Amino acid sequence: MSQYKLVHCNINGKDVERMVDVRASLTDMLRNEYHLTSVKKGCEVGECGACNVLINGEAFNSCIYLAVWAEGKTILTLEGLEGPNGELSDIQQAFIDETAIQCGFCTPGFIMTAVEILNSGKEYSDEELRKLLSGHLCRCTGYENILRAVKKTMYKRLGKEMPA
Amino acid sequence: MYDMKALYEAESVQHAIQLRLEHPEAQIIAGGSDVLVQMREGKRAGKELISIYMIDAMRGVSIDEAENIRIGSLTSFSHITHDPIIQKYINVLGEAVDQVGSPQIRNIGTIGGNTCNGVTSADSASTLHAWEAVVELTGVNGVRRLPIKDFYIKAGVVDIRAEEGEIQTAILIPKVSYENTFGHYIKYGMRNAMEIASLGCSVNVRLSDDKQTIDRCRIAYGVAGPVPMRVPSAEAVANGSAMTEDMVNEFSLAVLNDINPRDSWRASKAFRQHIAVEMAKRALIESIHRAGGEIK
Ligand SMILES: Cc1cc2nc3c(=O)[nH]c(=O)nc-3n(C[C@H](O)[C@H](O)[C@H](O)COP(=O)(O)OP(=O)(O)OC[C@H]3O[C@@H](n4cnc5c(N)ncnc54)[C@H](O)[C@@H]3O)c2cc1C
Ligand code: FES
Ligand code: FES
Repeated sequence: MSQYKLVHCNINGKDVERMVDVRASLTDMLRNEYHLTSVKKGCEVGECGACNVLINGEAFNSCIYLAVWAEGKTILTLEGLEGPNGELSDIQQAFIDETAIQCGFCTPGFIMTAVEILNSGKEYSDEELRKLLSGHLCRCTGYENILRAVKKTMYKRLGKEMPA
Repeated sequence: MYDMKALYEAESVQHAIQLRLEHPEAQIIAGGSDVLVQMREGKRAGKELISIYMIDAMRGVSIDEAENIRIGSLTSFSHITHDPIIQKYINVLGEAVDQVGSPQIRNIGTIGGNTCNGVTSADSASTLHAWEAVVELTGVNGVRRLPIKDFYIKAGVVDIRAEEGEIQTAILIPKVSYENTFGHYIKYGMRNAMEIASLGCSVNVRLSDDKQTIDRCRIAYGVAGPVPMRVPSAEAVANGSAMTEDMVNEFSLAVLNDINPRDSWRASKAFRQHIAVEMAKRALIESIHRAGGEIK
């Protein structure tokens, strides 16, 4: 017996609603109902961060979040970072500039965590940034370039020189 | 898609109790970071779930009329760490739960789930034991409060009366427990992030007014036994004592009288005993420093 529920939420700035199977994860809903395929299916048990999105401004692994819990929430995925004419955001550009991407599978998740970090408006040490980024696995880059991309964007937004 | 039979969404505590009575086979899901993972693994497959995640009244930290610190059971780890009341009175709890899994897990995981799972390695559990937290359960017969040590029955089993519709609604820290008290938590894991504790140790002290002696010392471990535990032998050494290096050494060795860790693939019993002594020592020294004391 399937059970459905109407779920209203705001995704990437748009108010939307859909009938959703209660067994769906938020990853299932974002990919299948809204075609937001930046939300990746990696481990699906909360370990790798590939499915990470922002819910009311905080980072959540959408694979272990029930779709029905999206009711009334504001959700941001990588697609929501695009500018009006398809421009990349500063943090996306920094990932390219720093070669923080190889296969790209981990990238949307990492970038959404970076958005939460950058939106806090705080200045973090390398050690703090490493801890804040530790919920993501990357099998390609070796992490250093990812750290540098986030750090560079942090200093740029703070209007400060990045220490050598 | 999760392999679940049905999902019942509770809108309030009373509604959750009613749903529990109507669906005795159903399991509670809070943040789901244990439940959904186990469902994916097939362990809880095909079950009915009662979700309490949308009950916002069960979130947040406050001070109640009896001056207890009251932590709603649905409060996430990250909200505990960032809460000003926690930072002021029981900072060590915020630090302990800041070592859970990863930032995303700390945004979804709740303190209620971390205690109701009955798991000895839970990062909040040793600190809650060491601060003599009180667990509040609400069911069809009203509110029941019990000391956290009585809440844990055995590994994976806690005292929640499902047949009375009970859910855990809050965790309280009494004023006598947090006043003038300073603590430190050490988690030993094989890596820093995304790792369950091989051993966890939480110590706190209250010093005499002249800061020359330890007025009260409490220490608790996770993974030193099937459930989190206090260590009375070590506490007896520290209570009323002057803060000397000899006392700190005697205190740390005394933990071996009470703890009972086991061999597992994460660590051997002998290794756990070895690090337990060192962790007790370091956590006591740091607690004394935080309380403004000095070791002579
Ligand atoms: C990748 C990953 C890493 C993790 N790392 C750590 C770690 O380092 N340290 C750590 O301690 N934990 C860790 N965990 C485990 C988990 O995140 C925590 O135990 C968390 O506190 C569970 O809370 P929850 O709200 O998600 O619980 P849920 O999964 O919703 O529930 C857990 C259990 O408690 C019951 N329950 C929950 N709330 C209530 C309530 N209010 N009343 C009655 N019953 C209730 C449920 O029925 C279930 O049996 C990790 C999990 C994942 C997926
Ligand atoms: S797919 Fe969600 S954390 Fe790996
Ligand atoms: S770029 Fe391939 S996993 Fe990170």
